[in-house]
Amino acid sequence: MVFGYWDLGGVKMDLILEGIKKAFWLLITFDPEVMGITLLSLQVSGTATLVSLLIGISVGTAVALSKFPGRRIVISLINTGMGLPPVVVGLFVTIFLWRNGPLGFFRILYTPTAMIIAQTVIAAPIVMGITLVAIQQLPPKLRLQILALGATRLQMVWILIKEAKLPLLAAVMAGFGGVISEVGASIMVGGNIKGYSRVLTTATVMETSRGNFDIAIALGIILLLMAYFINLILTQIQQRERSR
Amino acid sequence: MNESKPILEAKNLEVRKGGTIILNVPFLLIPKGEILSLIGPNGAGKTTLLQTLSYLFKPFQGEIFFKGEKVNANHSVFEYRRKLAMVFQEPLLFDTTVFDNVASGLKIRRMKKQEIRRIVMEHLDQLGMGHLSHRSARTLSGGEAQRTSLARAFAIQPEVLLLDEPFASLDPPSRESLIEDLERILRQTRTTTIFATHDRLEALRLSDRIAVMNGGKILQIGTPGEVMNHPVDEFVASFVGVETVLTGRVIKRNGGTFVVSISGKEIEAVGEAHLGEAVILCIRPENVTLSIHPSKEATSARNVFLGKIVKITSLGLYQKVQLHCGFPLVAYVTHHSLEELSLREGKEVKVSFKATAIHVVRKKEK
Repeated sequence: MVFGYWDLGGVKMDLILEGIKKAFWLLITFDPEVMGITLLSLQVSGTATLVSLLIGISVGTAVALSKFPGRRIVISLINTGMGLPPVVVGLFVTIFLWRNGPLGFFRILYTPTAMIIAQTVIAAPIVMGITLVAIQQLPPKLRLQILALGATRLQMVWILIKEAKLPLLAAVMAGFGGVISEVGASIMVGGNIKGYSRVLTTATVMETSRGNFDIAIALGIILLLMAYFINLILTQIQQRERSR
Repeated sequence: MNESKPILEAKNLEVRKGGTIILNVPFLLIPKGEILSLIGPNGAGKTTLLQTLSYLFKPFQGEIFFKGEKVNANHSVFEYRRKLAMVFQEPLLFDTTVFDNVASGLKIRRMKKQEIRRIVMEHLDQLGMGHLSHRSARTLSGGEAQRTSLARAFAIQPEVLLLDEPFASLDPPSRESLIEDLERILRQTRTTTIFATHDRLEALRLSDRIAVMNGGKILQIGTPGEVMNHPVDEFVASFVGVETVLTGRVIKRNGGTFVVSISGKEIEAVGEAHLGEAVILCIRPENVTLSIHPSKEATSARNVFLGKIVKITSLGLYQKVQLHCGFPLVAYVTHHSLEELSLREGKEVKVSFKATAIHVVRKKEK
């Protein structure tokens, strides 16, 4: 990467313009390091989103459809979990994966795997909470109608999930949005190791602290664009379902 | 008489909700091919009975037999449910096309695509929805949506069809049109049907038998004629449309008839009753004749009174005339008669009804 510079007394607009120019340059030339960071961001956050979808949709649906003692408490926990501070998640995952910690023998601290775990813990409650409401919002007799059509319990759950596809797509976007932009936990459990566990957010923090504002802006723009395009695709799917 | 085997039989069915018994049906037998309607006010237990019969609701106790075999509620109850179909008051369609909705029951049964296509189109056409098969369920009118729900039920070719007030949310023209189509399909396919309604005219029109329910119990079950003309108690009488229900005591007996004293007037009725017995007289409003002829010409009606018109209400095709003859009485007259006789509120008219037109309910003294 090229040496950055900053001018105390100069026009602030320069920083931003330089950043945009740098971003295009890095993209057009497919700068290998930037590409690597971007790819890793997608891999880590993508995997975390997928796993949290699996966990989130199944738990959310199960809680929405069953009655059990303490249900209200579980729902409060899920709703609290939706706003869980990522640094707290980072702290607990670090403790668990620490050398002498309970899961230390896996030796996955400071690896992308640890980042995936932390991001899943952040995204799963978000998906759970939205799924819970989405399923609860379906007409109460719909469940009976599906059973009356001869569905097994599993078939019924599947059909209900399909019926809630609009809010569930929102859950995917919320989950992904939450983790692609996450930095606290990712730095704590990933270590921001060059070429290994460095993602767009953690790299931006590092470049900013070094004063390399142009590179930081470049990474920030790439992050924004990526988030925008992925959400564009998901929104298209969601709104296409809506207008069918 | 009826040689068909019972297709559905329920014994000692009891459903509880939070300790209270909301359904108590000791015995119910439905022969194959019968159309049975359940009528009763809201909360009578009609929906509970329908849902319990399909094990959508778990009974506190009781057994259900399908074609003679006991249904096991704990093991693969969905296999039993696959022989039934249920349509609710709301269409409860899925957020997809009309075609996919009607196909959903078949997809659940893992039928092949080509088979599904053939059956779905057949049933959509049967209900006049063939041309709308590609439409999204969200864009349908109330009537179209309910037709789709019915097509979805018929597509699985159920052995028993359960309908829970399916026409209650429709506007009159849609309702009329759908009832006609349903009637035609049921007569053609001879599907055993149980349907709940609070519209007794619907019940009269479609059913082979009517069951009147209240408070979770079946008060009376019989052919429309039996239930309408021989209600077993006051509640059934008032529910099936007997507008005049009078209580009194027997004061005279004359062979095959007896006289009841009601508010100082004497009404003659046919039947067996003891002197001093408390009875309820049910007079259907269609059997009450009004006239303004002052003559004392002999008629075959034994009960003739002078009455004052208290209120006239329009019921569409005919008029409901409420009178006071010493006791309250309700008569139905045609619009034509209303005009011919210049009936209006406050007018005095001659009221008559035959002794044979009175249905007597002998009150069981506790």
